[in-house]
Amino acid sequence: MKKAILGRKIGMTQLFDEEGKLIPVTVIEAGPCTVVQKKTVENDGYSAVQVGFINKEERKVNKPEKGHFDKAKVSYKRYLKELKLENADQLNVGDEIKVDIFTAGEKVDVSGISKGKGFAGAIKRWGSHRGPMAHGSGYHRGAGSMGAATDPGKVFKGKKLPGHLGATKVTIQNLVVVRADAERNLLLVKGSVPGPKGGLLVIRNAVKG
Amino acid sequence: MDIIRALQQEQLRTDLPDLNVGDTVRVYVKIKEGNRERIQMFEGTIIRKKHGGIQETFTVRRVSYGVGVERTFPVHSPNIDRIEVVRKGKVRRAKLYYLRNRVGKSAKVKEKI
Repeated sequence: MKKAILGRKIGMTQLFDEEGKLIPVTVIEAGPCTVVQKKTVENDGYSAVQVGFINKEERKVNKPEKGHFDKAKVSYKRYLKELKLENADQLNVGDEIKVDIFTAGEKVDVSGISKGKGFAGAIKRWGSHRGPMAHGSGYHRGAGSMGAATDPGKVFKGKKLPGHLGATKVTIQNLVVVRADAERNLLLVKGSVPGPKGGLLVIRNAVKG
Repeated sequence: MDIIRALQQEQLRTDLPDLNVGDTVRVYVKIKEGNRERIQMFEGTIIRKKHGGIQETFTVRRVSYGVGVERTFPVHSPNIDRIEVVRKGKVRRAKLYYLRNRVGKSAKVKEKI
């Protein structure tokens, strides 16, 4: 990837664009991310940087973590993430990645962990339709046909059934950057992003943009 | 949350007069035609105000050539050039939907003195 940054979802609001249209935006606190470790082809077989985001108190850092951060001579971070950046060779340990790598109008992909929905039925999980609620139907929110009769005599693989929903990594592609505020470390993108408020996000340049 | 409030605060307009339900107003709206911009006026009675903050809107009703016309404007829209309050109205409702069912003299709002 060309450029990427870690961020934290703050919430959603609306802004007027140049045409006077009210557009929905998600506010993301993006960066500054500090390079904590550098991976090189000679050492690790590939080049990447490990970045840290959001400071945390010393008493919350355990010994192995402390050693890792102290070696890089950077402050203790809450999140660590490896980014396989194209320009990873030019970055050094201690360098900061700021939100000004993005400009307004650019397209980005945003990844995050979606909100967990727990054990969900087929209607919520797969969008299947519901049966009639009245007129003696007796079939309301079920998963549908289970193997029919002698033929085929089994439930086909991949049958959409109830189960755990959410709390998985989700990427939303081609979100338009409305504003990148380097002073306040804010990134405003049009539309919604996965996860709860305060959730960790990875913002990258759009793959299909 | 405070960051979001601050972002909204930046967008709010402070140059507009106080608008109340029942007021007769002239709204001057900027209209873009290709790359030319002109200003159109819409005069009528405010029959409702909705939402708050950046999402706040108001609806203006007028009867034009015997046809009732209602337009809803976002209060803080940059497309509103200016608003003039022609007349303050005295009303006992927050929403003046009853005006839709009336014509002539009974469709008037008393003036606040």
